[in-house]
Amino acid sequence: MKTVIAENLVKTYDKGKVRALDGLNLDVEEGTVLSVLGPNGAGKTTVVRILTTLLRPDSGNAQVAGIDVVNNPEKVREVIGLSGQYAAVDEILTGYDNLVMFGELYHLGKKQAVVRANELLERFSLTEAAKRPIKTYSGGMRRRLDLAASLIVKPKVLFLDEPTTGLDPRGRQEMWGVIQELVKGGVTLLLTTQYLEEADQLADDIAVIDTGKVIARGTSDALKKQVGGERLEVVVEQQHVAKTMEIVSAVSGHKAGLDEGLRLITAPVSTGSVALFEVLKSLDSAGIHALDVGLKRPSLDDVFLALTGHTAEVKIEEKEVKK
Amino acid sequence: MRALNDIYIITRRQLLLLSRVPEVLIFSTIQPVMFVLLFRYVFGGSIDTGQPGGYVQLLMPGIFVQTVAFTLAGTASGLAEDMKKGLIDRFRSLPISQSALVIGRTLGDSLLNIVVLAVMGIAGYVVGWRPSSGIGNIALGFLFLLFFGYALSWVGVLVGLSASDARVVQNVSFIVTFPLTFLSNAFAPTTGMPRALQYFAEWNPVSTMVAACRELFGLENQFGATAGSFPSEHPLVTSLFYMVVIMVIFVPLSLRKYRNYAE
Ligand SMILES: Nc1ncnc2c1ncn2[C@@H]1O[C@H](COP(=O)(O)OP(=O)(O)OP(=O)(O)O)[C@@H](O)[C@H]1O
Ligand SMILES: [Mg+2]
Repeated sequence: MKTVIAENLVKTYDKGKVRALDGLNLDVEEGTVLSVLGPNGAGKTTVVRILTTLLRPDSGNAQVAGIDVVNNPEKVREVIGLSGQYAAVDEILTGYDNLVMFGELYHLGKKQAVVRANELLERFSLTEAAKRPIKTYSGGMRRRLDLAASLIVKPKVLFLDEPTTGLDPRGRQEMWGVIQELVKGGVTLLLTTQYLEEADQLADDIAVIDTGKVIARGTSDALKKQVGGERLEVVVEQQHVAKTMEIVSAVSGHKAGLDEGLRLITAPVSTGSVALFEVLKSLDSAGIHALDVGLKRPSLDDVFLALTGHTAEVKIEEKEVKK
Repeated sequence: MRALNDIYIITRRQLLLLSRVPEVLIFSTIQPVMFVLLFRYVFGGSIDTGQPGGYVQLLMPGIFVQTVAFTLAGTASGLAEDMKKGLIDRFRSLPISQSALVIGRTLGDSLLNIVVLAVMGIAGYVVGWRPSSGIGNIALGFLFLLFFGYALSWVGVLVGLSASDARVVQNVSFIVTFPLTFLSNAFAPTTGMPRALQYFAEWNPVSTMVAACRELFGLENQFGATAGSFPSEHPLVTSLFYMVVIMVIFVPLSLRKYRNYAE
């Protein structure tokens, strides 16, 4: 069953001058994670805001858990959780106060709201900071608290808009852990991200969007296949480069390429780890010690480049120049 | 019932916010108290009122009204803050009554006014303000002031939701409230103003409010009338009318703005 469906969504801002969504189609299967991947300004926040009833589309329609978001927003709000792009919590209040207040707004009653707040603080490792105002929290703690606030009543569908933007690598890892836990619990999740790696880590399914349209859709693996298969990569000492190229070419069946500066030898392979093992064995009997060896799958950066003809990063620069 | 509960929780949030930043409360009371002292002792001596008890009797209603008029700015900047932090998005995505956030905010700001008015009343008493109309009328006067603040708070909702930036909100509110409070009978007789301004001052809701409060606190409204006009003859009715008009216009406008604020 599809828990989220968006059909032909169009949304313009500034009296039609900015076309944020341009006929966007999406769906999320129940109990799965869809990552909406796109550069700045692609329309990620706009989709999330439409699906969470905060914004009305100009045209097209959307359903969440079978409920129409335009005609029946009150019902939709009862089944969703939202953690927006910027952590939306009261800075001055403590983490505990925030969660209790949201619990009461979900009509849990004071007692239940307190119990739930403490549970969530514990679960997101915020118990120690519970009685401190949010303004003393780190970016990662804020994000976690914001996420906690969207989970007070277990939502059927959770929307996370760029949950790790602005976090340092450690904060990002923590957030990923938290999200993976949630997913195990069976929630249907739509998350947006600019990080290709993040989509790869968290999502069952990826929708790549650019200028308000989905330009590719599929599993991370399928998207990567679209761009090309795996590559074998070996780094060796300078004196072994020539011999290693021979070995790799033989195993691959294609002529190996060389990056001279890095002494990196690469070749496409179709047999994955078998090819890797063969190369290691041959290197070993030739008495060559590889400094680095591995199978590399194309990154989602490569995917973006192949799909749009530009990388996500270049796109951002262009946008900023225009502004 | 659920809606009432939602409003109650948001109003409480407002008070919780206040209790966590007592500076807000302190500064919202210091400023009007400062005004009381400044006007009482700096201008008080040079304005001949002919009233028993002197200038301070006329001044206090003026300062009360000015203070509640600034509720507009308080509500507006509070909402602009919430909007900036994305809090409004969060509230709007909750299964709660959609107007609860706005109504709760206006009620919270009115509760703050109760405290501020009480402190000012005490400060006024200390410097010689003696309302002489009996407890019932005095209470009615304060109720009037609270209502006026509440009505203006709804204008503040619209200003807060319309502005793009919290600083803009401050400036806009200032530009709206300052001329209104000074082009009035609040601090000096309107009879000294140029003719055109006198008309404005007479019909200005701040003036009618001040006149109404003076009446309720047991004073003759000597600053008002330029030509026995309706508002200066009937300040209570006129003020009530203004409040109703403000609410009738701004409550629906503000609620609509809130529902579509991102469009
Ligand atoms: N309120 C608004 N008024 C005018 N234009 C807007 C508004 N909100 C978004 N836009 C424009 O619509 C387009 C899509 O914006 P959106 O916020 O959905 O992008 P995004 O993918 O979330 O970007 P980011 O990664 O920067 O968060 C952008 O070009 C943006 O400038
Ligand atoms: Mg965004």
